Amino acid sequence: MRDDLILQVKDLSVNFYTNQRCNMALRGVSFDLRKGRTLCIVGESGCGKSVTANAIMQLLPDLSRIESGNITFKGQDGDIQIEKLPKNGKQMRKLRGEVMAMIFQDPMTALNPVFTVGFQMNEMIQAHTDLRKKAATEKSIGLLTDMGVPLPEQRVHEYPHQFSGGMRQRAMIAMAMACAPEILIADEPTTALDVTIQAQIFELMLELKETEHMAILLITHDMGVVAEMADDVAVMYMGNMVESGTVQQILNSPSHPYTIALLQSIPVLGHGKNQNLEPIRGMTPDPYHRPPGCQFAPRCDFATDICASRLPDESVFDTNHMVRCFHYEEIKRNKEIQHGKK
Amino acid sequence: MEKNKDILVRISNLRTYFPVKKGVFRRTVGQVKAVDGVDLEIIRGETLGVVGESGCGKTTLGKSIIQLCKPTSGKVLYAFPDGEKDLAAMNDKALDVARKRLQIVFQDPYSSLNPAFTIFGSFSDPLKKFGIKSRTDREAAVGRLLEAVNLPKDYMTRYPNEFSGGQRQRIGIARALSVDPELIVCDEAVSALDVSIRAQVLKLFKELQAERGLTYLFITHDLSVVEYISDRIAVMYLGKVVELAETQELFRNTVHPYTKALLSAIPIADLAQKKKRIPLQGDVPSPVNPPAGCPFHPRCTYCQPICRTEVPKLTAYPTGGTAEHHVACHFALDFLGGTR
Repeated sequence: MRDDLILQVKDLSVNFYTNQRCNMALRGVSFDLRKGRTLCIVGESGCGKSVTANAIMQLLPDLSRIESGNITFKGQDGDIQIEKLPKNGKQMRKLRGEVMAMIFQDPMTALNPVFTVGFQMNEMIQAHTDLRKKAATEKSIGLLTDMGVPLPEQRVHEYPHQFSGGMRQRAMIAMAMACAPEILIADEPTTALDVTIQAQIFELMLELKETEHMAILLITHDMGVVAEMADDVAVMYMGNMVESGTVQQILNSPSHPYTIALLQSIPVLGHGKNQNLEPIRGMTPDPYHRPPGCQFAPRCDFATDICASRLPDESVFDTNHMVRCFHYEEIKRNKEIQHGKK
Repeated sequence: MEKNKDILVRISNLRTYFPVKKGVFRRTVGQVKAVDGVDLEIIRGETLGVVGESGCGKTTLGKSIIQLCKPTSGKVLYAFPDGEKDLAAMNDKALDVARKRLQIVFQDPYSSLNPAFTIFGSFSDPLKKFGIKSRTDREAAVGRLLEAVNLPKDYMTRYPNEFSGGQRQRIGIARALSVDPELIVCDEAVSALDVSIRAQVLKLFKELQAERGLTYLFITHDLSVVEYISDRIAVMYLGKVVELAETQELFRNTVHPYTKALLSAIPIADLAQKKKRIPLQGDVPSPVNPPAGCPFHPRCTYCQPICRTEVPKLTAYPTGGTAEHHVACHFALDFLGGTR
């Protein structure tokens, strides 16, 4: 199991500096990525999911900085501390694309509209391999075929606007897969797509995970996607990882009040018209005026004085179920009593 | 129950086409058949959900009903107190009066409120138009409306940029309520909201319906939302309604192959419910020239020769219960009987 570890993130903190104010977008995030497993990061908008992904790829904007923490890539020839590499240095550019690849949310803005899809794929292939143009084009065609793009010989010479949304995302994945990366980071890859197309893309990603034994970091806000795709789940709220564990642990026995509330607030297909939705009261706090202690405390039903005073530490139980809450044991006990009554 | 239902809107053979123009002279070279022959009845007090993928014409259908898009042909008969009248045939003046009964809540809460007006300013015009002339009366009315959507009433002096997405959407709902309408078209009204906020707005919709006896046409692409809120669901594909049934019936006895594929494609946040996906090949065809015959046949696994030539009609089939199950498929009976 240990050998499968491919990327380790420890206590990562990222700050954004804008308008002379400081937004602590990530406040100590830790997780592990393993080969052949999918880690889903879920959370609402503004919780820092995308910042995490961009920090790993060193794609953060200029006004932000990794304050502390480590991102360690466990390669075949030793560990690489990604956060220490210069952003546009040779080594980082080699890592990006060859070892870790990223798929973005909106394939239309991620592809360059003035170059053909084939040109953009060749650019990437030629940057990382010794292939000549002709061989690179052949490889692009092969990749598009693998991703299920019809008529790849013709499609490779077309521009992104001639592709439909699903096809564009396939082209993006083809490009990401060009150098057979060990880590695939997908930042809301299907949010802009229809459900039937989303299902096609997920089939493709699952297949790639099986055949290439890739580690996938999937960022999403949709609990349905989590249930479908994830092996491991991490729930984020306001820059913290509030709970993480296997998909069964999180969905079947959520322990953090936020996870519990989140799961109760979404309608689940098949539960009919009379399911009881419990909205989470209030709204996510302004990142510039954060609550002093636990970030969820103002909206939490279990909050006490200690929650407002400081941020709870990570507690681990059931081998790898992590929760960041002072009262998780009490909540767990309450739930067991409720289950007992049923 | 089917016999004496109180029909609020009766849509018959509604078509809305948009011209495709090309060349120097902007000649019309084709038509986007956004809504292509829809027959639908909306019953008073119900929530009719309209689902489908992007580009299937669900938004255009909603807009054609309240005449924000002029339909190319067909009728939208609305049951006014003095009898049914065709909204599509009305002139602007008559429509202005009719719109008191029909309102819409838009998808994007950020672009549907005028940023230069305070909330009171945005509410003022419709109220003035429909009879409340004095400013103090209007202020009182706006206050009541904001309280109805669980917002403090002194928010009316604020500008839209001071509100979060969920609050803006609630303001949008309050504005739709301001003229006391009967029918509200909700066009992806919760799609832009975060999950925790979405539950608040969905609950609000349900509460308002119970209080005021509203009728909703709820347009969305999210089937789990539509299951939670609707009494009946219409599934659209390429400008046509392919299946229409009561919510429970639709989910329990899905007939049309497209609906089946759509349902199987939805990720469900419940590990106990994992099931086999029916993968659909390819994309939705272009509505500029839809395939001949059944619009779904190029992607359908059960496709037969007849599907390529003949358009299936939306036909009612009796179910065990009180309501009917409408399906547009040549082999609906086989699917219903379970022989396929």
